[in-house]
Amino acid sequence: MKRTLFILLRNPLSVLGLILVGTVVLSAVFADFIAPFPSHRGAVVDFANFNKAPEWPYIFGTDLVGRDLFSRILYAYRISLLLGVVVLAIAVPVGVTIGLVAGYVGGWIEYVLMRITDVFLSIPPLVLALSMMGLLEPTLTNGMLAVTVMWWPWYTRLVYNLTRSEKEEGYVLAAEVIGASRAHMIFREILPNCVPSILTKMTLDLGFVILIASSLSFLGLGVQPPTPDLGSMVADGAKYLPDSWWLTVFPGLAILVAVFGFNLLGDALRDVLGAEQ
Amino acid sequence: MMPPIVRLLAKRLGTSLIVLVGVSMLIFAIARIIPGDPARIALGPNATAEQITMLRERLHLDDSIAVQYGYFVRDLLRGDLGISLYTNRPVTADIAQFLPATLELIVVAGLMMILIGLPLGIISARYRGSWADNLIRLLTLLGVSAPSFVWAVILMLLFAFFLPLFPIAGRITDSYTIEPVTGFLFIDTLLAGNLSAFADAAWHIVLPAFALALSGIGQAARLTRSNMVETYDKPYIEMAQSYGFPEGKIAWRFAFRPSLIPSLTIIGLDFAAMLGNAFLVEAVFAWPGLSRYGVAVILRKDLNAIVGTVLIISAMFLIVNIVVDLLIAFINPRIRYSQRAT
Repeated sequence: MKRTLFILLRNPLSVLGLILVGTVVLSAVFADFIAPFPSHRGAVVDFANFNKAPEWPYIFGTDLVGRDLFSRILYAYRISLLLGVVVLAIAVPVGVTIGLVAGYVGGWIEYVLMRITDVFLSIPPLVLALSMMGLLEPTLTNGMLAVTVMWWPWYTRLVYNLTRSEKEEGYVLAAEVIGASRAHMIFREILPNCVPSILTKMTLDLGFVILIASSLSFLGLGVQPPTPDLGSMVADGAKYLPDSWWLTVFPGLAILVAVFGFNLLGDALRDVLGAEQ
Repeated sequence: MMPPIVRLLAKRLGTSLIVLVGVSMLIFAIARIIPGDPARIALGPNATAEQITMLRERLHLDDSIAVQYGYFVRDLLRGDLGISLYTNRPVTADIAQFLPATLELIVVAGLMMILIGLPLGIISARYRGSWADNLIRLLTLLGVSAPSFVWAVILMLLFAFFLPLFPIAGRITDSYTIEPVTGFLFIDTLLAGNLSAFADAAWHIVLPAFALALSGIGQAARLTRSNMVETYDKPYIEMAQSYGFPEGKIAWRFAFRPSLIPSLTIIGLDFAAMLGNAFLVEAVFAWPGLSRYGVAVILRKDLNAIVGTVLIISAMFLIVNIVVDLLIAFINPRIRYSQRAT
């Protein structure tokens, strides 16, 4: 643990990743205390201060109904992170279990499971989530559902490939010879060796879930107003380019900063844990 | 004996067909389990009960979902995807009209991804640890860290508004009237012999294609770099170096070529991502393609059009992947020469 931290802190890019992710997470958790205008997360209007360029106390400017963009971005982070955590909390166990079973058991079970996975992987991720959101009602819960449905197959594929190569290792044969059960083999022998890769992918994916969720709401098929969302902020502001540039630039950069941070941290973890791509 | 490549092609086509059937079932199931009556959604709130009954009958909505799927497959095999409730035209006609613009965008973006991404990865690995390597790694990681609509907005702000180098939106300046023959502007302008219209179309595609390509460029460069770095640690590279081969030749011949195969695989996957991300870029640049049609029909819950669009996009993705697999088989001597003797 100490060694891991030491390696992590030696690389300036990893430190930058830690700082960015820390900032994003802390600002999401403590949004109530940091945001200068906490009430602006909702359907508030302040027409005296609408569409203002960045100036104190509105450091990122205000939107078309006078809400402070900085406060709204903090609350948008909170929703994005919540969505990311929920999506991964469901998609990872499902995807990993299917991958382990398909990779270890083999036979027709492997064929069926992997073809089902292929089906989900052959619809471009965004298109699958978009269609689901369009057909269901665009609520936060349905957003989580749509993103989860497109996310689990990637873990299945990763763990399936890892399991297949682990199966060739000596320790697997040794455990099989002394009569370990299938469940023991899958969850106690093989799974622990897949954990570094899964952890690395989860760190990277927290960023990519934010990216995909903002893409959905950019097209009007994500979280609905007045809930603050980075993607819909960019979409609303894009109509007022180039004059009201702050409406799009700050939410856009907010997405970039969060995803960039998780990417740096994921890369750092990969190096430290020695995970495979 | 069949040559290995033909056998591989046959096998991949078979698997892809099974997957495509699965995709059609999945998207059909999603489209049919939605809350609410599709006929009522299609006809709007002012429809009479009689109109709704008629439409339900025409769409076979009163049958079980398996029977409905049967009708769908029967029509599909005749090349009929039903009528779009949004445009009131056959879905196939809509797709034929809007697909070329999207394909043109994706092909140009794909070329940018290969022609920019791979060289960046090669330079990065060849000069590992130098400032150029660090700069490229930072920039490519930034490239993958923002959704393409953010890049689209930033590029538009910088290179269409502040520095008006490129047009703001659209495929071609309105003053050009080009007879649509193939629907591909690059081909149609050449067929018309109108070179200035061709240049105009090329000028319009630069920003949207680059916005679409950015994350792919990043992915391709990063993967090429990490594979080449791994290859550089192999003993045969050291041998080539001690033999005195020029470094450029070592990078290209000995380090890059074995890394090309995983790079090609990721390019196939990025192509799939582009088919989705086109939805975002077309929205920003008002690009009249299949993705804009896709968003419009999704927002209107136009079931036939949604199913048709998703099916076509997935088919394109599967085709690209077969092509990538064949390319890999073709350049990989282990597959190319395998079973020659048998």
